[in-house]
Amino acid sequence: MTTEVGSASEVKKGSDQAGADTPKEKAKEVTENEQNQLSEPEEGKGSQPGPAVESQSSPRRRKRVKDPSESRGISRFIPPWLKKQKSYTLVVAKDGGDKKEPTQADVEEQILDKEDSIPEEESRAKGDAEEMAQRKHLEVKVEVREEQPSLKTTADTQPAEGVRKDREEEKIKEVQEDKLEGETAKRETKEVQTSELKAEVASQKATKKTKTVLAKVTLLDGTEYSCDLEKRSKGQVLFDKVCEHLNLLEKDYFGLLFQENAEQKNWLDPAKEVKRQLRNLPWLFTFNVKFYPPDPSQLTEDITRYFLCLQLRQDIASGRLPCSFVTHALLGSYTLQAEHGDYDPEEYDSINLSDFQFAPAQTKELEEKVAELHKTHRGLSPAQADSQFLENAKRLSMYGVDLHHAKDSEGVDIKLGVCANGLLIYKDKLRINRFAWPKILKISYKRSNFYIKVRPAELEQFESTIGFKLPNHRAAKRLWKVCVEHHTFYRLVSPEQPPKAKFLTLGSKFRYSGRTQAQTRQASTLIDRPAPHFERASSKRVSRSLDGAPIGVVDQSLMKDFPGPPGEGLAHGPAAFSYTAIQDGDSRRDVRSPTKLAPLLAEGKKNTLRVEGDNIYVRHSNLMLEDLDKAQEDILKHQASISELKRNFMESTPEPRPNEWEKRRITPLSLQTQGRKGDHLFKDILSMKEKYLMAAARTVEEEAQADKSSHETLNVVEEKKQAEVGKDERIITEEMNGKELSAGSGPGETRKVEPVAQKDSTSLSSESSSSSDSEEEDVGEYQPHHRVTEGTIREEQEEYDDEMEEEPGQAAKVVEREAAMPEAMPDRQAEASILTVETEAQENVVAQKIPGEKSAHGGTVKQDMTEETEEEQHRVNGEVPHVDIDVLPEIICCSEPPVVKTEMVTISDASQRTEISTKEVPIVQTETKTITYESPQIDGGAGGDSGTLLTAQTITSESVSTTTTTHITKTVKGGISETRIEKRIVITGDAALDHDQALAQAIREAREQHPDMSVTRVVVHKETELAEEGEE
Amino acid sequence: MGTPGEGLGRCSHALIRGVPESLASGESAGAGLPALDLAKAQREHGVLGGKLRQRLGLQLLELPPEESLPLGPLLGDTAVIQGDTALITRPWSPARRPEVDGVRKALQDLGLRIVEMGDENATLDGTDVLFTGREFFVGLSKWTNHRGAEIVADTFRDFAVSTVPVSGASHLRGLCGMGGPRTVVAGSSEAAQKAVRAMAALTDHPYASLTLSDDAAADCLFLRPGLPGATPFLLHRGGGDLPNSQEGLQKLSDVTLVPVSCSELEKAGAGLSSLCLVLSTRPHC
Repeated sequence: MTTEVGSASEVKKGSDQAGADTPKEKAKEVTENEQNQLSEPEEGKGSQPGPAVESQSSPRRRKRVKDPSESRGISRFIPPWLKKQKSYTLVVAKDGGDKKEPTQADVEEQILDKEDSIPEEESRAKGDAEEMAQRKHLEVKVEVREEQPSLKTTADTQPAEGVRKDREEEKIKEVQEDKLEGETAKRETKEVQTSELKAEVASQKATKKTKTVLAKVTLLDGTEYSCDLEKRSKGQVLFDKVCEHLNLLEKDYFGLLFQENAEQKNWLDPAKEVKRQLRNLPWLFTFNVKFYPPDPSQLTEDITRYFLCLQLRQDIASGRLPCSFVTHALLGSYTLQAEHGDYDPEEYDSINLSDFQFAPAQTKELEEKVAELHKTHRGLSPAQADSQFLENAKRLSMYGVDLHHAKDSEGVDIKLGVCANGLLIYKDKLRINRFAWPKILKISYKRSNFYIKVRPAELEQFESTIGFKLPNHRAAKRLWKVCVEHHTFYRLVSPEQPPKAKFLTLGSKFRYSGRTQAQTRQASTLIDRPAPHFERASSKRVSRSLDGAPIGVVDQSLMKDFPGPPGEGLAHGPAAFSYTAIQDGDSRRDVRSPTKLAPLLAEGKKNTLRVEGDNIYVRHSNLMLEDLDKAQEDILKHQASISELKRNFMESTPEPRPNEWEKRRITPLSLQTQGRKGDHLFKDILSMKEKYLMAAARTVEEEAQADKSSHETLNVVEEKKQAEVGKDERIITEEMNGKELSAGSGPGETRKVEPVAQKDSTSLSSESSSSSDSEEEDVGEYQPHHRVTEGTIREEQEEYDDEMEEEPGQAAKVVEREAAMPEAMPDRQAEASILTVETEAQENVVAQKIPGEKSAHGGTVKQDMTEETEEEQHRVNGEVPHVDIDVLPEIICCSEPPVVKTEMVTISDASQRTEISTKEVPIVQTETKTITYESPQIDGGAGGDSGTLLTAQTITSESVSTTTTTHITKTVKGGISETRIEKRIVITGDAALDHDQALAQAIREAREQHPDMSVTRVVVHKETELAEEGEE
Repeated sequence: MGTPGEGLGRCSHALIRGVPESLASGESAGAGLPALDLAKAQREHGVLGGKLRQRLGLQLLELPPEESLPLGPLLGDTAVIQGDTALITRPWSPARRPEVDGVRKALQDLGLRIVEMGDENATLDGTDVLFTGREFFVGLSKWTNHRGAEIVADTFRDFAVSTVPVSGASHLRGLCGMGGPRTVVAGSSEAAQKAVRAMAALTDHPYASLTLSDDAAADCLFLRPGLPGATPFLLHRGGGDLPNSQEGLQKLSDVTLVPVSCSELEKAGAGLSSLCLVLSTRPHC
């Protein structure tokens, strides 16, 4: 009986859905329904005690099913990734790629597994990651099954609104996806999703029985919003409701606070149940800005800026954001302009300025000044006034600084300020120290102590740990969490996975699970709705109305770039790798794919190589996570940045131009590169001469060899350093493992990587388990940059890695094609050469870049200051740490000369010649030369965060002897927009052509075309066919 | 507030104070001060005033010398001015404290908001304060203590105020200065370099840094007396004083270099930052 009810509604839902879907989808829905039915009966029995309740509940359910378009008209049009945490999809995505397309059965298995481990899992329920939460859904379901008999008492059938909503969103998303994607390789991914969805469906039923609670949220304008919340809802549910109420899309900057006690407020963790966080506190929250955008003008919507203004007005009035008298007056005058429009003497009689709070202590003088300044703003629209307000407020030194009281090691009262750039130490009102995020290796807390481990200062060899005493344990933990969140939000591209220790899990596993600034900016660029209408309430007025304007449909193509690299179903490394690592490995994989391809080509042993290859990527991914900024810097230097951006898309954010990306994903990077280089010249010929592949492959091999040896050289240095440091203490040794890991990272170094990687994972887990002697989250560790001692080394080295890795690939291709040519045109002159000039120019629109760069070249400027300069530039956007020059003088010196020149000369195998000659084909021996000139400056644009890609275009032009391919990428990173132009000029001609001159010409042209840009890299790739002596 | 950094050097007026004869005798304040050529010192001072008025086009106010205040010409120690606010300092040397009175009066007359230090425990010499256009650095030197720095922070609340330990017998401004809105100029001495490193660690903002051979050469003034678009000036010690640093200064583009000499006054501890106060009477335009 109850069973019927349950399944009936499900079926209905299913058919609704199917109606709108493709047949395929319908079929799937049916399967889903079947599955739902399977779980439904049990559900029903357990939860619905009698007909009375049932009859009450079933209509409601039906209603909800029909409803969505009415009651949730708005949210329906908002793509799920905006509404729901995208980390959900993220997880699924990774599952898709990593678990080798887990099928339904796989998921079921997981459920079973969970069944066994429920108690343990429950105790670990604090796990914060979204992904964790996902798992928990499954658990919940199982739990219900087990407890069926005892669950008969209270049956509150109020549907779990929030969860349900989520489910609806999932559905919508699915529909969208299907429509858009048709039958791509992403199907597997979706299957996984469906099954997880099912699990979620089940969990809803489980949770449905619990009570709802009235939650009250004080909004920034002083009004209160209240809603019924299912008791076991996660923080996210409430937060989403509030944002929906506010009509706010750029919500990642905001959060909900609850008052723990008189002086302490905590952020509500969206990934955790509200109830667990509140304990027995009342369900009262305040909606606040959590991450202050360093540049509010980059926010997409006025409504977001408006809320930020409201927050800042509060901050100013409360004195949390100190201002001078003039600034109080100026900000106050913008407030008046925004709320009352132009100065109107008559209206001024009715406005009592003392009703406003422009400053903590307001004087008549201030009010007069406000009025005086107000007159000067005539003509500013409310939105403009808000923008002006923010432009001035953002420069205040305490803007976005979250202060925490503490004592230093000597017991002196200080304040720790957490902000976008790092940690600031204040004594009284003076800043006495500052630790930028790149300088911090590890943040931890233990009881009421808070520790940061910082990079060695110059002249020092070892990193130091600085301890602060917080008032109590909870304050220490709160500070730690705020640090973790700020670091992640402002400096990482995507959130880190929470640590997954193998055994013993003590200490906090907390990680920031929301979107990072980079992600939210990316998402914001895709907001495509008419500016919502909202009313600016007077600061003194209490009530206000928010009428949401109709919302446009957000670009649906966003959903399209759903993960799961199609051609990349590679085997995974040994099971010893942690889940996290593998996941990241996957997401990074295609970035490295060119490297991988080369060895594959060279030898046929795909399997072994693959596994090793994977390890490498795992290794890389670790780096990405732990010292992400560095790795990115390198990546950006090469086209791999594209893949990096793509990764961002895959993880969370949709992508603007799916087709292009789609193409890139399928094409291995090296081929893309190649293609740009001048496909058209050789395309036809290429296919004819497969024979030459062998030669080419060999070249690759050889170059890989060279590559490898260069790594070894670097390793020596590293190891020496390791030995030195190793003496010191164990912890450092552990870190050194990481270092070694990164050292042995070259593409040719596969042997080494595997064991090291394992070592690393053990050291990780031992670290996380070693340091706690109290029970409940008494300690927590967070390492923003895991292996930092070697930061510089690695950075340098990776730079080389990438270069070398990439170049052999290109070289190989060119050889291949070039070699193919003579046969195709037998009567051609035996001397032909290709000259490839790759010019990477970059331009930072922000002017401040210039002095930094100039000084770097001039050499007059102190290094550390320059470094700071550049660091700053990146940091503004919340990215990239920098080379700490002082750490590593001896390595740095290798890049000291203004131009680094590397040369590789390859002469293809002679045996090839004889073989061919029997066929009476003109023999051409080719010589390949690759010379790289690179300016030594730390590439300003190499800043970690790959930024937000604005545009990317490729232009190809051709003349008699040259082919120029220009690839222009525009990215926005924080306040800095960067244009990167990459030119590939292929000059083809016979001996008569003066290549040097052609090269000079090409560079000069590049300079002339972009006078305001600087040439950061020139790669000359020269291939000469050696005239065969004696043959002709 | 204007654009950050844009405020740096904006000025309409300059304030100087004549050289009293007592400076040459070095009797009252001059503990350990070497004898100096009064006429030369006065000539240097006169030339400085001339350049400020004629070359830079500033309204020049010259306070009369007072024999009781031999170090009166070093009025940069007596006030910290930013925007429309002047913080009247409490110099470390009790003998110099009366110097502030005349300066206070003059600044008040110019319409600045006057803030007093008040606190008996605070000491602050104005030349220990470096304003970069974006933030303040206060050198904790022989002359300036933490409390003094705190009052700077309290006075100029819009800006971050960081403390920089200064070793040796120099004020912070004797070691470094601003060569442009984004350029810190510093001497090459150990103390100067240490200070710059400390500042680099403390700042949120990107500055380039230019190192000059002489610390004293870093005590230069970046001034923008004209319209916002006009080329700014850099008032600096000339080749006669510090020949080794001239080449470095040439590297500063986008400024008009205005060399002046004060080698005689330097013997009394003066630098360009202490010999004049510059201010704008319309700081917010």
